[in-house]
Amino acid sequence: MLPAIAIRDLTKRFGTLAAVDSLSLEIGEGEVFGLLGPNGAGKTTTLLMLTTLIPPSSGTASVGGYDIVRDPDRVRASIGIVFQDPSSDETLTGYENLKLHGLLYGMPANLREERINDVLALVELTDRRDEKVKRYSGGMRRRLELARGLMHHPKILFLDEPTLGLDPQTREHIWEYIRRLAQEKKITIILTTHYMDEADRLCNRLAIIDHGKIAKLGTPQELKRELGGDIIHLRAPGCDPAVFRTLPFVREARTEGDGISITVQDAARHLQEVLNRAGTVEAVEVRPVTLEDVFLHTTGRGIREGPAEGSWAEKVMAAGTRR
Amino acid sequence: MSDLTGIYALWYREYKVFLHERSRIVASIVNPVLWLLIIGGGLGSVLEFGGVNYVSFLYPGILVQCALFSAVFFGVYIVWDKKIDFLKEVLVSPMSRTAIFVGKVIGGSTDTILQLAILLFIGWVFSLLGIIHNVSFTPFSVAAAILFLLVTTAGLTSIGLIIGSQMESPEGFQLIGSFLIFPMFFLSGALFPIENLPAYLAPFVYINPATYAVDGLRWALLGMNHFDPLLDLAVVTLFAAVLIAVGTYAFRHMRL
Repeated sequence: MLPAIAIRDLTKRFGTLAAVDSLSLEIGEGEVFGLLGPNGAGKTTTLLMLTTLIPPSSGTASVGGYDIVRDPDRVRASIGIVFQDPSSDETLTGYENLKLHGLLYGMPANLREERINDVLALVELTDRRDEKVKRYSGGMRRRLELARGLMHHPKILFLDEPTLGLDPQTREHIWEYIRRLAQEKKITIILTTHYMDEADRLCNRLAIIDHGKIAKLGTPQELKRELGGDIIHLRAPGCDPAVFRTLPFVREARTEGDGISITVQDAARHLQEVLNRAGTVEAVEVRPVTLEDVFLHTTGRGIREGPAEGSWAEKVMAAGTRR
Repeated sequence: MSDLTGIYALWYREYKVFLHERSRIVASIVNPVLWLLIIGGGLGSVLEFGGVNYVSFLYPGILVQCALFSAVFFGVYIVWDKKIDFLKEVLVSPMSRTAIFVGKVIGGSTDTILQLAILLFIGWVFSLLGIIHNVSFTPFSVAAAILFLLVTTAGLTSIGLIIGSQMESPEGFQLIGSFLIFPMFFLSGALFPIENLPAYLAPFVYINPATYAVDGLRWALLGMNHFDPLLDLAVVTLFAAVLIAVGTYAFRHMRL
């Protein structure tokens, strides 16, 4: 089976900085693939190259069987994208935004109307279709943009931070749609996210990108298993993390906050041994390893400088003062 | 094929926005009317050119002024589209870059032409009221005026879109836009006759494309002209053609 996306040595340089550094990756048809990484790791740049909005400095990729450098028009016809920042015209109604999209994709009138009704029903905005987007909430607007990205039945759908800034209910809702789409319509979905729980619950496979390169690649289970089984958090005054490192089942032990965080293979079996070494223990907490641990372990704990531009919310506010 | 529906899509958006914001159009008409009544009326008490009172002389110039301001500043919406990422939605569609630019020019020109049509109507009302004399509103003169305005507007809209495609902030656009519009307006002969100009001024007036638009309109509406009307038409057409070509190029190399 042909991969939906095949990336070969994709590179994007901005001056001397390699935002994406000879990235190679294959994504299969029907996969929900997650691109994770700290701010400025190169996720959005990769997405912009795959959707032909910016040209790569070198290397290439095939998307839906078409080359992004040689055949950008065909690539654009076979993909859908929901951008990180709001990209609907808020002076128009939801319906008008979707009609505009249908026209941009050259859809005939009857098909267009049918699809508009379909996708509006899918994201449950049918009864708000004739209201201006200005009056939509953030979640409704996101759903509308998701509906728009699906309207022309793309084979491949790119979602850049699909649930950024949304409340838990709306996020749950959107995850549900994404899962259904991948299962029922066999759409390949590539999403970037900062939310590890999102990646864990949605993605079949994911790549952690840092400094423009793939640092980790695998299913969420594989990645978690690789790091270890559980994390024991101890509050034991006067105890040095080094004493745990000689134990064969301990993967990592370090000071965290006012306690010590120990990554072990199987906490249920080894808790007693850990406690024996700790001496006087004031408090103990045991939890399974999460994707968040994998992420922090892979990309380090230093704070990354975000991009200079404003957040999603700031852009919405700025857009409100327009026209 | 899909490019044609795409061009229609871009026009459809402008049309919808126009319908939603009729007040903006009305507001944009007030300014030229004030120019006509205050500058035209005020200076008209002492000024007359070639047997035509100043308000009438000024009227074709004010039409070009309206085209200049409205069409060039239409380009600021491209900057906004970039800021809210609506532009990405258009750029990621299968439409070609050329079609996107053409669609934008048609959309923006429609906006401006509608305002100009209202101004033509107001001019006609003013001539009935006796505020404007000598302006002929025959089918031929109005058709000739509209032809000049259409071509000029297409060129001016392209200027705005070219600036917009290169700018990242609306403030920057405002600055560059004004830097271009004001000289083009003042040096166009909209306010004064271009015969016997001082030597330091004449070259600037003659290289300004807006001069030929004003001259052509003055020929169409007042029967007064400095150049051959065909030369006027040729210059504005060339002006529009060159800018549309440059604009297509600019859109292909636009920074996001």
